[in-house]
This record gives sequence, C-alpha cells and structure tokens, in this order.
Amino acid sequence: MIKSTDDNIIQPENLADYFVNLYLSNMDLICENVGEAMNLARSEAIENFNINSIYNHENEKYKHIDIQKIFSHAYEKYFIPTAFQTASDMFVCDVYDLISHKIFLQNGFCRRNSKLTILENGVIYGSLAEASIKYPELFRQYYNKIADNQNEGLVALNTAFAQDGIFVYVPQNAVLDKPLQITNILLGENDTMVQYRNLFIIEQNAQANILICDNTFSDSKFLANCVNETFVGNAAHLETVRLQNEHNHSNHFSFSYVKQEKGSACTDNTITLNGGVVCNNISTLLDGEHCENHTFGLFLVDRSQYVANYTSVNHAAPHCTSNEHFKGILDENATGIFKGKILVSPHADKTEAFQANNNIMLSDTSRMFTRPQLEIYADDVKCSHGVTTGRLDEDALFYMRSRGIENRRAQLLQLFGFACDVISKISIETLRNSVADLVEKRLHGELTQCIGCTYQCKK
Amino acid sequence: MLKIKNLHASIGGKEILKGVNLSINAGEIHAIMGPNGSGKSTLAAVLTGKPNYEVTEGEILFNDKNLLTMPPEERSHEGLFLSFQYPVEIPGVSNVNFMKAALNEHRKHKGLEPLSASEFLKLMREKMALVEIDSKLTNRSVNEGFSGGEKKRNEIFQMAMLEPKLSILDETDSGLDIDALRIVANGVNLLKRPDTSAIVITHYQRLLNYIVPDVIHVLYNGKIVKTAGRELALELEEKGYDWLKVEEIIDTSEMKN
Repeated sequence: MIKSTDDNIIQPENLADYFVNLYLSNMDLICENVGEAMNLARSEAIENFNINSIYNHENEKYKHIDIQKIFSHAYEKYFIPTAFQTASDMFVCDVYDLISHKIFLQNGFCRRNSKLTILENGVIYGSLAEASIKYPELFRQYYNKIADNQNEGLVALNTAFAQDGIFVYVPQNAVLDKPLQITNILLGENDTMVQYRNLFIIEQNAQANILICDNTFSDSKFLANCVNETFVGNAAHLETVRLQNEHNHSNHFSFSYVKQEKGSACTDNTITLNGGVVCNNISTLLDGEHCENHTFGLFLVDRSQYVANYTSVNHAAPHCTSNEHFKGILDENATGIFKGKILVSPHADKTEAFQANNNIMLSDTSRMFTRPQLEIYADDVKCSHGVTTGRLDEDALFYMRSRGIENRRAQLLQLFGFACDVISKISIETLRNSVADLVEKRLHGELTQCIGCTYQCKK
Repeated sequence: MLKIKNLHASIGGKEILKGVNLSINAGEIHAIMGPNGSGKSTLAAVLTGKPNYEVTEGEILFNDKNLLTMPPEERSHEGLFLSFQYPVEIPGVSNVNFMKAALNEHRKHKGLEPLSASEFLKLMREKMALVEIDSKLTNRSVNEGFSGGEKKRNEIFQMAMLEPKLSILDETDSGLDIDALRIVANGVNLLKRPDTSAIVITHYQRLLNYIVPDVIHVLYNGKIVKTAGRELALELEEKGYDWLKVEEIIDTSEMKN
C-alpha cells in the first residue's frame, strides 16, 4: 500500500505548496489507469490551484469556517485504492424498497477492474477511470468542460487529483429503466482525504433518475472534495436526489455543475441529514430555450455542525423557468448558510425564476446566514425571492396542544411538516417514503450514521 | 362541571379579566356575549391554557380538578375543547396525521390502545359526515388554504372526534354564511349529550337561534355584568350593550356605598 507520509499538520500558509508537491511527487500514480482527457486537464488545473490555493480571498464563501484548518489536517491521501469491502456484506441500505441499479464508491474508488455496466438500450454506468479509457471521444467532448477551475481552488484541486468516480451515459432517446443508486462510502482506520469525480451525460430526449448517498462507515475523520459534471441534452429529463448522512467528524465539499440544453428538465434534491462540515455548491446553466430547473434542498443541523448551500442558476437563454427552494432546521450551536444567485443574461426574456429559503431556529445559539442575490440583465422577466428565518410557530403549537398533543410531539409534527415541502418533491414514491422516514428519525434524534452498517465498531 | 371563581387574568401586564365568576353544570349550554374587547376570547384562552396569559387571582375547577396547573394538552385529555375563533394553519401536517396523533394521545391518557388505521379511518369518515366536510380535506395540511367555512367545520369535526365534556365555541359563527352556520350548529347539536356542556361565545343572537342556550351571560370590562335566560339575547340584539354599561356603573357605585 502506497500512501503519502504526513506526520505533521501542514502549515496553513504552505497549503498550496503542499498540494502542488503532493501532486508532483505522486503524478505517476495519479495518472495511471485513466484516460488521456483526465490527464490532459491536470496540469492546467494544478497551475490554477497554485494561484488560488484552496480559496481565493475575495471568495466570501468560507467566511464562517476555518477552511485552511480543515485542509491542514494530516489526512492520509491514497493514490491506490484500499482493499474493497464486499459492499453487500457490510451495507444495508437506508433507502429500502427502492428497486435500483446499484454502484458503490469506496473512498472515491470503484472496485478495481470492475467492468462498466452496459444495458441493452446503450446506457453505460460504472467507473469513471475505466470509462475515460474506453470512451475517449465522450471524454474529449464533456470532461472538465463546465467545472469552474478558474475561480474555485477546490475544483482545480479535484481536477488535478481525481482518479475515479462514477460515469453515467444515457444515449439519445434511452430511458434508464430504474434509478441508479450511487453509494459513496468513506471507510478506514486512518483519517482520510478523498477526491472523486462524477460525469453524467444524459443525451437528447433521454431520461434518468439518479440517487447519490454519502455515508461514513468508520469514525475516523474524513475530508471529501468532489466534483460532478452533468450534461442534459435537448428535451432530456434528469432527476437527482442526494442524501447526505455522514458523521460529525466528516468534511464534505461538493461542487455540482449542470448544463441544460433546449427543452430539458432537471430536478435536484439535496437532503443533508447529518455531517460535520458540509458545503454544497450547485451551479446550473440553462443554455437553451424552454428549460425547466428545480433545485431543492433540506438540511438538519445541530451540535456544532455546519451546512452551507451555494447555488447559482444562470439563465442564458429565453423562456426558461427555474424554481429553487431550500429549507433548514437548526438547533444547538449549528451554523447554516444559504446563498442563492440567479443570473438572467441579456436577451433571456420571458425568464421565470423563483427562489425561496426558509429556516427554523430551535436554539438561541444556532446561526443562519442567508443571502439571495439576483442579477437581472433582461427586461421581460418574472423573478422573485424570499427568505424567512424564525422560530417554531407558537400559535400552531398551542393549537396542537389544545387538541391533546403533547408539546414535544407537537414540535416534531410541525418540524416534519416544515420539511415535507422539500421531501414531497421527490417523484419516486418508495424513495420519497424512505427519505421521509429518515428525516423523521433524524428529528426524533434516532438517526445514527451507522444505521445501514452491519459492522459493530466501537461507536 | 366547571366552576370559575373570582378569575383575574392579564396579558403583558394589562388586566383583562377582573373577577369572573361562572358555574356550569353538566348538560347546560351557556352563551357569553359582550362588546368587543370585553374579555370573551381571553376567558377562552385562559380556560385552555394559552401561554402568555397570566392568572393573577382566582381559581378554575373542572370536574373538581384544578385546571390552572394543567398544561394545555392535559386540559384536552380531561375533556376540554376550544373551537378557535381563528383556526391555525399548520403547513405540511395533514389533517389525518394531526387527528390521529391527537386521538391516540387521548386514548393513551385513558389507558386505551391506539386505534388501528382502518378503525381510525372509519371513525373519521363517520364524523366527517356529521359536519358535511369534504373528504378531500383529510389529506390536506391542517386548515391550509381552507375557506372560512371549511375551517370552522374542521373545528367541529375535531370536536366530534375528541368527544369533549366541555366545548368552548369561540365566535364559531364569525365568517360563516347561513348554510355553513346551519351545518356547524347542527353538528354541535348532534354532538350534544346529557353529560356534556358547552360555552358559546358570540356577538350575535343569530347563532343562538340554532344552538339554544340555557343561560346567557354578558361579559363587560372583564366581569360578568348580567346573567339571564335566553330571552336576554333578543333584548341585546334590539338595544345593544350600552344600557348594560349604565347598569354596571350604577352597580359599582352602589357597591362602593
């Protein structure tokens, strides 16, 4: 097993140097077993990273968190995958009754030599590394084309280091017969940093439904820095649900870039059940007329957890609709952040863009920072945004209590009702019901991050 | 059933109830009338234990139990019910889940097992028919997007489900058209049993044509200034409240003497 040797914590001021050196000294391993397109992107990315480091100081994103400290921790960085646990032995999925194609990523790697799955109708899914070798044409056309390596240091870092991840290709007119469930497992005795990369290509008139579950299965510290690129062709339909349930020592940075072509429809639902530090970035480009985009999110935080959702919807073409709704429930000393940007380009007339963020604070010591940001350069548009941050509705609580419902139960009913708005947007019924159950468990304090794990570790 | 003795209550330091005395026996319907701001809704709020209302003096006994030390949910378990003047909307909580939670807590209090899903639905259907409520409303969020009439009917439906001993109807007639008023009043009358009582709070005599009270009280400036039979309602409708105000001034000056 080859691994980097970090005995000491890296000095924050030397972070950029550290990662550049790590890259240079492991280049051979990083570039092994992947296709040309992935390797070609690396050198420019590492240069970009060297300029920005993990963040650029003008970037206000990390104002409320010590991101340098997070990245300075002495994580192990593996460039060769660790032994793969047999997924079915160790993992019982939280999402029950969902009939799906299943695929696992362990610490950012697919099982070595695992073949890509090719369905009868031409749908391909499996290891990104494998696909990058087999389908160089697709990678030349799509890989690293919409990820923002210029302004986001962490995206550039990912592009430089990414070795594997999940590749999904749904060809023209094809329909993915059942949802694809991607389970990300973080596992290991050592504190570990992982950087994986997903590429989803949904071609013209194709349809797919993808579920991504982020889980931690050992109590070591984890740092994940992952990038998703999603291309949705003309009149294609894609629904993604991301279910995040990591433990309190995990740090998760994810950057998701979506490009929609004419007449396509996308729904994205990010449910953050638990996590130490979670920072989700979702950037959508509506590049053709009559696109429809729905971006929803729900996060539940307590203790000293931190969850940030940064979204950006770029209306680059006329007659598109976007609808965004994020909801948060914050307790104890938790911090929540929502920043949503809507950009309506000149000529993107007849745009309809809506955004809402509602938060409930259950404690005096939790903090919520929320900022809608609308930049509108076209005249004939309909745009709105709205934010509310408040406590539980006392009148509703009294109403329920006056009917005999005990105070705590009344609070939970109200919180669950608040969350339902987002959960109800998930179209697959079995998935929606499982998510509702998980959210209810979380509200009752009964959800553990070990829920699906059959290992009996010390926790 | 209910005994209120010298009840004083205030909100935000302002005294609203200034010594209310009221006694209600099983099987009786009492109407409480009075001008705006006289303390009618405050009385309902204090009876059901709404937070922020402070009882500074007096006591309330409900079936010989001290009501004032009980949290709102316990008062409900003991058989008290308030039909809200302004029923509250609870987004995301369906009517069916709300009622199931409420009913099962009542059953738990009585030492009964929760109802099975099918038993519950059967009961719900039965009670909905009583107030002619649209079954489509069951899966909707509690009161959300309901019309004024639907909200009030939903209150009476909840009352039917919980079978309280004492129901307080706080301006149940406000915002209702004649048909809805008839349906709501009819529901209340059907639920009436010899061992249950009701307090009907209203401004108008109209509701009392449908729900006929045994006794009418006039609450004015935080006190009950007049108690009489049902004929008082007609007199009030005709003369308004002003003549009572004069009587009260005479009363108080007599007391001072």
